[in-house]
Amino acid sequence: MNTSPTDEQQTIDGPRMTGSQALLESFLIEGVDTLFGYPGGAIIPVYDALYDYRDRLRHILVRHEQGAVHAAQGYARVSGRVGVCLVTSGPGATNTVTGLADALMDSTPLVLVTGQVGSELLGTDAFQETNFVGITQAVTKWNCQVKRTEDIPAAMAKAFFVARSGRPGPVVVDITKDAQCGTAPFHYEKIASIRSYVPVPEPDPARIEEAARLIDEAQRPLVMVGQGVILGNAEAELKAFLEKSGMPVASTLLGLSAVPTDAPQYVGILGMHGNYGPNIRNRDCDLIVAVGMRFDDRVTGSPAHFGENARIIHLEIDPAEIGKIIPADVPVAGDVRQTLPLLTERIRKRRHEEWIAGFRACDRIEQERVIRPALHPTGARIHMGEAVDTVARAYDNDAVVVTDVGQQQMFAARYFVFRRTRSLVTSGGLGTMGFGLPAAIGAKLGAPDRDVVLFVGDGGLQMTIQELGTIFQSNVPVKIVLLNNSFLGMVRQWQELFYDSRYSFTELTNPNFGLIARANGIAYRRVEQHEELTDAVAEMKASQGAFLLEVCVESQENVFPMVPAGAPVAEIRLE
Amino acid sequence: METDKEYIITVFSENKVGLLSQITTVFTCRNVNIESLTTSESALQGIHKFTIVVRTSPETVEKVVRQIEKKIDVLKAFVYAPEEVVQQEIALYKVTRSSSVEQLVRRHNVRILEIDSDYIVVEKTGHKEETQQLFRLLQPYGVQQFVRSGTVAVIKSRRELLNEYLEELEKMRKNQKNIDTEA
Repeated sequence: MNTSPTDEQQTIDGPRMTGSQALLESFLIEGVDTLFGYPGGAIIPVYDALYDYRDRLRHILVRHEQGAVHAAQGYARVSGRVGVCLVTSGPGATNTVTGLADALMDSTPLVLVTGQVGSELLGTDAFQETNFVGITQAVTKWNCQVKRTEDIPAAMAKAFFVARSGRPGPVVVDITKDAQCGTAPFHYEKIASIRSYVPVPEPDPARIEEAARLIDEAQRPLVMVGQGVILGNAEAELKAFLEKSGMPVASTLLGLSAVPTDAPQYVGILGMHGNYGPNIRNRDCDLIVAVGMRFDDRVTGSPAHFGENARIIHLEIDPAEIGKIIPADVPVAGDVRQTLPLLTERIRKRRHEEWIAGFRACDRIEQERVIRPALHPTGARIHMGEAVDTVARAYDNDAVVVTDVGQQQMFAARYFVFRRTRSLVTSGGLGTMGFGLPAAIGAKLGAPDRDVVLFVGDGGLQMTIQELGTIFQSNVPVKIVLLNNSFLGMVRQWQELFYDSRYSFTELTNPNFGLIARANGIAYRRVEQHEELTDAVAEMKASQGAFLLEVCVESQENVFPMVPAGAPVAEIRLE
Repeated sequence: METDKEYIITVFSENKVGLLSQITTVFTCRNVNIESLTTSESALQGIHKFTIVVRTSPETVEKVVRQIEKKIDVLKAFVYAPEEVVQQEIALYKVTRSSSVEQLVRRHNVRILEIDSDYIVVEKTGHKEETQQLFRLLQPYGVQQFVRSGTVAVIKSRRELLNEYLEELEKMRKNQKNIDTEA
């Protein structure tokens, strides 16, 4: 279409090397130290070059390409760095699509490099050819195909810039085999701007003033924190804002750990399985200050009723999110790390003691009716909340918690206390079963000094169970807590509550997880009794390597509180 | 829906392979039908212009435009009501030749592009209603082929919004650079 050099093309001189070497040199310049990948025909030249870079680039060989992406996500989420994956064309590439979609929904910075058939074969249905740029258009922040060796450095520079800047996201660079094999001068220039792309919109001073005025006037305000605070490294700025404003603060699922969940102003998790207070009092609020969040439907319930008596201030880096679901009275576009201090310096110092006390009253109701029965069940079987609580206490609530998707995810989010930022890795927007195990591997590699505990169900574990082989080969000391209820628990809960208890294909007849663990060289213990739990968790924690703790739990437990899908959040049910 | 109105969306982008499908996907996701679509180079070198006509609600058109602007290679997208633009479409008609047809087309301000012993090809430029009306009038005489282009439009405003945007962008970049060097 165009013959003049574009952003992804370059012409300047440098030392000659192959495209494969240029790719690996690009990784080094961008500060990459870990790759998650799987070799195959169209990416062999890169893997051949990688053989000489083993001292500088750690490559984790996964067992399935989906695992590579989830592992890179785990790595990125705990470290704040860009996760990098390397896979082959065709099936290798298509296997990553779920991970890309997950990373796009949850704003995770990723660069995925895929091999592609030789440029002369493009469009001929060649062996292991897919139109991967076409396929991933809807699940990437940006993607491109590189057909010339000399274009690799500029394409990689743009890929890393796009992935990590503004609202982060996944990027795909699809490189033809001939571009990997050819030689060209290598010259790398990091990118700091792209003409057509504004990563961070400029905050409007008038909006800041207006927002500050609304905050000063509010009688019953609530701050809602999303992952934007963590992605923007704005935890300290948020803390200062909360201290001065005195407002209570609630968190979305992905925002968890941006604020310590035992902080005096913290009032709980928003949304479907969140806490009682921030949902039931939603209609009492006269101001909502949303910070780096996107009003997912699991947070808002019925959008028409959400904050129906409140003015909305929306601090958000992505202009497309402002007014998408909940119209903002005062939109504040920009990076929250920049906009929060602008508000903090303008507002007056206040305390909202009485208003916060109202949330504490809600806490007491939830404690009595939901939490105490969940943590101290009277029946013979162990309950999920009880297991999470036991693990949390054993680790003094200081671990990176990784979850899969479903009931265990909600129990882990509800009953772990998050004191340090980047302590929860979970699939929020896409809700990807099978995310947990590979994400935990990546999280451990991204935060080697922290304990990483995975909560996973028997359904989700078996979706990516092959990654136990990755743990074995790469010796990753991940602690896996399998909450086994022999059901797809969350679907079963919906079937019980909304489909007349017709348990259509949600009951699992499971294999022997102990044998599977042992086959993969992973220490294993199984518990069924309340009394054994504390000791078993202690054994898991004390073990040096990976550990699979299978906790056989009550098969028909439900997660409460619950906002029925599409209902106003104030209609939250405690049972 | 009653609130649905016609909007002309102009999108300015880098000239990049696959961008058309990136833009149309945004409409597909929101279940908005594209009434017409035209692409060409803009007056600025290297910048491509898409002119897209849709019928939808004011809220949806705003959201669609923001989603389009989110694409990394899109510079800017603008929404206009029909009265804010000068717009034209071009239609070609291949009609069986007869004296009455020739009289008819002469009355309707059309250009005759080709005359064969059996047929004539004529061109009419105008709004959709005008080209459609001519089509209806010609139909009894035997229209063998009929084709109409998408809308092309220029903005009536005296301000050139894209140029202003590019200048603003340049200023922002410079400010950003100053901040970076200070830090």
